[in-house]
Amino acid sequence: MARHVVAAVSEIAPGSRKIVTIRGREIGIFNLDGAFFALLNRCPHQGGELCRGTLIGLATSPEPGVFELSRRGEMLKCPWHGWEYDIRTGQSWCDPNDTKVRAYPVSVEPGETLVRGPFVAETFAVAVEQDYVVVDV
Amino acid sequence: MTPEDGRTISAEAGASASRSRLKVIDCDVHHALRSGKDLWPYMATRWHSHMEEFGRRRPVPFTGASPYPKTAPALSRTDSWPPNGGPPGSDLGFMQEQLLDRYNIEYGMLHLLMSGMDERNQDLGNATCSAINDWQYEHWTQKDSRLKAAIVVPGEDPPAAVREIERWAGNPDFAQISMVTHAIEPLGRRRYWPIYEAAQAHNLPVGLHSSGNNGHAVTGGGWCSFYVEEQHNVALSQQQLAISLVCEGVFERFPALKAVIVEAGYVWVPSVAWRLDQHWARMKGEMPHLTRKPSEYFRSHLWYSSQPADEPERPEDLRQVLDWIGWDRLLFSTDYPHWDMDNPEQVFKLRLSEQEQQMIYNANARAVYGLA
Amino acid sequence: MSASGGGIDCDVHPAVPGMAALVPYLEPYWQEQIAVRGIDGLDLSSFPPQMAAHGRADWRENGSKPGSSLERLRADALDGFGSQLAICNPLYGVLAVYNEHFAAALARAMNDWLAAEWLDREPRLRGSITVAAQNPELAVDEIERRAGDRRFVQVLLLAQGDVPLGNRRFWPIYAAAERHGLSIGVHAGSTFRHAVTSNGWPSYHLEDYAAHAQAFQSTLLSLVHEGAFTKHPGLTFVMIESGFTWLPTFMWRANKTWRGVRAEVPWVDRAPSAFIRDHVRFTLQPTDAPPSGADMQRVLDMIGSDDMLLFSTDYPHWQFDGDNVWPDGFSDTLKRRVLVDNPRNAYPRLKEAVP
Repeated sequence: MARHVVAAVSEIAPGSRKIVTIRGREIGIFNLDGAFFALLNRCPHQGGELCRGTLIGLATSPEPGVFELSRRGEMLKCPWHGWEYDIRTGQSWCDPNDTKVRAYPVSVEPGETLVRGPFVAETFAVAVEQDYVVVDV
Repeated sequence: MTPEDGRTISAEAGASASRSRLKVIDCDVHHALRSGKDLWPYMATRWHSHMEEFGRRRPVPFTGASPYPKTAPALSRTDSWPPNGGPPGSDLGFMQEQLLDRYNIEYGMLHLLMSGMDERNQDLGNATCSAINDWQYEHWTQKDSRLKAAIVVPGEDPPAAVREIERWAGNPDFAQISMVTHAIEPLGRRRYWPIYEAAQAHNLPVGLHSSGNNGHAVTGGGWCSFYVEEQHNVALSQQQLAISLVCEGVFERFPALKAVIVEAGYVWVPSVAWRLDQHWARMKGEMPHLTRKPSEYFRSHLWYSSQPADEPERPEDLRQVLDWIGWDRLLFSTDYPHWDMDNPEQVFKLRLSEQEQQMIYNANARAVYGLA
Repeated sequence: MSASGGGIDCDVHPAVPGMAALVPYLEPYWQEQIAVRGIDGLDLSSFPPQMAAHGRADWRENGSKPGSSLERLRADALDGFGSQLAICNPLYGVLAVYNEHFAAALARAMNDWLAAEWLDREPRLRGSITVAAQNPELAVDEIERRAGDRRFVQVLLLAQGDVPLGNRRFWPIYAAAERHGLSIGVHAGSTFRHAVTSNGWPSYHLEDYAAHAQAFQSTLLSLVHEGAFTKHPGLTFVMIESGFTWLPTFMWRANKTWRGVRAEVPWVDRAPSAFIRDHVRFTLQPTDAPPSGADMQRVLDMIGSDDMLLFSTDYPHWQFDGDNVWPDGFSDTLKRRVLVDNPRNAYPRLKEAVP
């Protein structure tokens, strides 16, 4: 595993995402209210590009006919078969124990830490005054 | 599947390397009109203003939507909208990129979800079917020789349907005849037999893709509330369609006819066949025209496209189901670009031998459709 | 002669010989309506009694409708299979009648008739409450009227009515049943409110009969996705004369569809198969058996539960010859479960008779 700098924090606003390639894998970086999450861009079901799916909330219900929507924008709906994944954990909603997308540890590091290394910064000139999203792959 | 992909339980998906060399005949590809006006060049001018004013009229409650809203716009993968515009499936270039080239598709059997067959204005319906076939020929099959069209026919008007079949029969761009499956009567009924007669005469299979609206409730016990039900109920309709073809004696009257049940999956076949055999034994007095047990026709005259692939709790159970159905009955299909389409490289979660892969992915379809 | 012994037969059909049998149990107004208007002939088109399949030849008596004789039912079904109990599911017009008031009156009369002429005379018999589900309020009235008679163990519905049975309009019926410890029996059959298939009207009775299997599948989809199981967690739904070999592949597809469309029905918080395994049972006949016992064992294995099948003969329908009530592939252990344990668990009120 190595730590990869993938984006400046300012590039990925809350509620948006960026898809990057690290070590040959496409990985989606998501910003949920300032917290970053990284998921493999491949749905464990049939390989659809999960990270290009629609950001949705979580629909739940205490009883038939009552609809609740929470965690808006924190769930990812696979563009293929529509399976719902929790961006924070990578778990599928319907089968949380057995169906999950690979999630990678993510942190935010200040530029001045990064310039000291060791990090892989494949596409970045790191500036000391900015913060960066770093993914362990 | 490797642990890398995050799935903690699964059977091996099969050797993807060999599968990528495998030629794939995709028995369910959905092309689409960019707009209704795409058909106008092939329709008499009176229909242009007619369409503008009256539009399509079918036995459904809404002018611009399906009775049951689907889970995704245009029923499609959200990543299948062509960058150049138009709905999913309407851009040949994007279809080539996302499907034909990407998955080494040798042939793609086209099924248009729109037809004139369930149009209530019969003249418009007939004109629409003809126009669809002209459009498919000019804009699809002549532009990519991997694509084979179905002759879309106005099945509720059998003489018109036969004329349309005669127009295209013998043209190698058209590999089968297509009718909507939610027809006014079950498709085994005698009124549709002139179509089967023409199909047999021209050695064209009938490809019966789940489609259409006939005004009957989507279940025999009324209208369900939810799309999650309807999506499954239409597959049950396809089971009933197959039962109709068999019980009405279509394959007795037209012994060379081949029928493909498209987009219903296939795992239901054994239990339907067993049930028919059991009760036919005690009810057959009404059907002297059947000379064989019903299950035998399921083995000899019917083929089933694979999508939507069923996902048993234990993937290996599929092997038993296929043993019961017959490995020669299954025709791989993606259903591109729909949301529930199957990825040819990952759909079968059980180990398939080289021969089984060849059968499912191309040999069976090559035989049914007489493809080179 | 008994091949099973000591079982609970969860589907026998006492036959209403004709309206004349029900007239004594109707109010004077209805008696006069029936006489003046010549109302009769309400056998369901789903089960024409003269058809060989719906009355086994050796269970018929000349000139009578099969199933109309208590003496014959005793001998053929109860003694014939050594059953300790049998649940009566009489099938006659009620659910298909358009006049709700007439339907409710007929339902009341049928239940009175069943109690007086069958349950009172044969202690091994139990009953299903016939209700006019077309009007759920009137149906609940009948359940309330009948619930005190503990010999009634179930409320009987037909699979194909106006709307699928999961629909909320039926929930008062389910709530009443749950309250009284009654199960819901969904029997094969159509009220012919709709074409028996979604593709229209088939030509042959075999197709109608085959279509019951799809009807049950649509019914299960409705019960699951409307939330009927969620709303009535203590209720068991018994699918009667449904077949069961279609069940595993049906559950695979239902689970797959749910995973993609879940948000439409967010109260469905587990896979459909989980609800079905918990809340739904199936009577044994018809078995729709595969060619071999080994095949049947595979199907049973795929169903994934030994709790789901309930012994039945479907008397007097012709589902097997002689006493060959069991298809190949059922172990003795499974047979015992199917004969007694599963029916006891499916019908709370049976536990009062079979502790």
